Amino acid sequence: MAENIKIINSTQEFDDMIKQNRYVLAEFWAEWCTPCRMVAPVIEKVAEQYSGKINVAKVDIDEQQELAIRYGIQTIPTIIFFKEGKFASKEIGVKPLASFARMIDSNIA
Amino acid sequence: MGDIVDIIIIGAGPAGLSAAVNAVTRGKTVRIFSNKENNLSKAERVDNHLGFYHASGKELMDKFKEHAKAMDIKIEEGMAVNILPLGESFMVNVNGEIFESKKVILAMGITKVKELPGEGRLLGNGVSYCATCDGMLYRGKNALVWDQSKDAWEEANFLQSIGVNVTFISKKPKQENLSNDIKFIEGTITEIIGENTVEAVNTGNDLIKTDAVFMLRDAVAPAALIDGLELDGNFINTNKHMETNIPGLYAAGDITGKPLQLSKAIGEGLIAAQHAALQIDKKENLNGRKY
Repeated sequence: MAENIKIINSTQEFDDMIKQNRYVLAEFWAEWCTPCRMVAPVIEKVAEQYSGKINVAKVDIDEQQELAIRYGIQTIPTIIFFKEGKFASKEIGVKPLASFARMIDSNIA
Repeated sequence: MGDIVDIIIIGAGPAGLSAAVNAVTRGKTVRIFSNKENNLSKAERVDNHLGFYHASGKELMDKFKEHAKAMDIKIEEGMAVNILPLGESFMVNVNGEIFESKKVILAMGITKVKELPGEGRLLGNGVSYCATCDGMLYRGKNALVWDQSKDAWEEANFLQSIGVNVTFISKKPKQENLSNDIKFIEGTITEIIGENTVEAVNTGNDLIKTDAVFMLRDAVAPAALIDGLELDGNFINTNKHMETNIPGLYAAGDITGKPLQLSKAIGEGLIAAQHAALQIDKKENLNGRKY
């Protein structure tokens, strides 16, 4: 796993992460979700490609229900980009690398 | 996830089977998925397919299937839900199971998928096309399953079994297979209502409150199947090799547009499969390994 990917174990940990890092891409997923398994390697690549620029959080919605409710996760995978601790943009479902790159580029310019 | 195959073909009508036969002829491994009766088998008479004057669609389709079977091509039951291009390969989600291939050929025929008001806007916010993918998110909540395919009852039973409170709505009378715990309504849906998430559906004469709507059709519309696919109306755009704007992804048959004819579908299946096979060979020769 790329160095800038962090598995979130608590709400506090997530809040600290988006507070301490200017750009965070958070992937909301779950073990049983097939489309999430498709997106996982794409998120890995995104993390590598933007290493040093953004941080990536993986949030298991079964473990972190509070976060899932807070961000109104209704389908997974949902990928949310946070800028300076705030929601900036999101992508839902199975998307290729270019879609995530576009979302990130338009927010970190 | 199994081994990576050379070519995954979605659809087992004339275009899909022609692609499969030609891919196998070129020494490629294929998996071919289908989940519906194709349009050809419903044709009463076909008079313009060379060499088969006065044949019925069903006769022709049976012959095509026989041909494929004789070449050890096994048609697997399943509907593609998403396709993800990864550059050198593809991941294909078929009913919640992931398959990987080097190339993909779309040959699902024309998909008469008419989007309901509210559907596109609320997709991912209560509207779902895949019970096994999103079902767990609605445990303890109300979900409506709209029956539009022969397997919809199975998905409804699955949702109920994991703790979703399911209502099944169908034009047809209640099927025996549907679990008795599921509420059944005979009817249809005309609109999905909700501001940011699904709140209710309109059945034409009633509003039913619900947290989710599972739209289980026979096919997923091409635009929802793969992100960024270039379309022309309801049809998929291709070049002369039947390749779409996404490298390695091909389309053949009725799905690429008019004329919606058997001979054209068979020809396009052949072109797509041969080009896909050639690209695989070229790449593998460059990599210095051949099998």
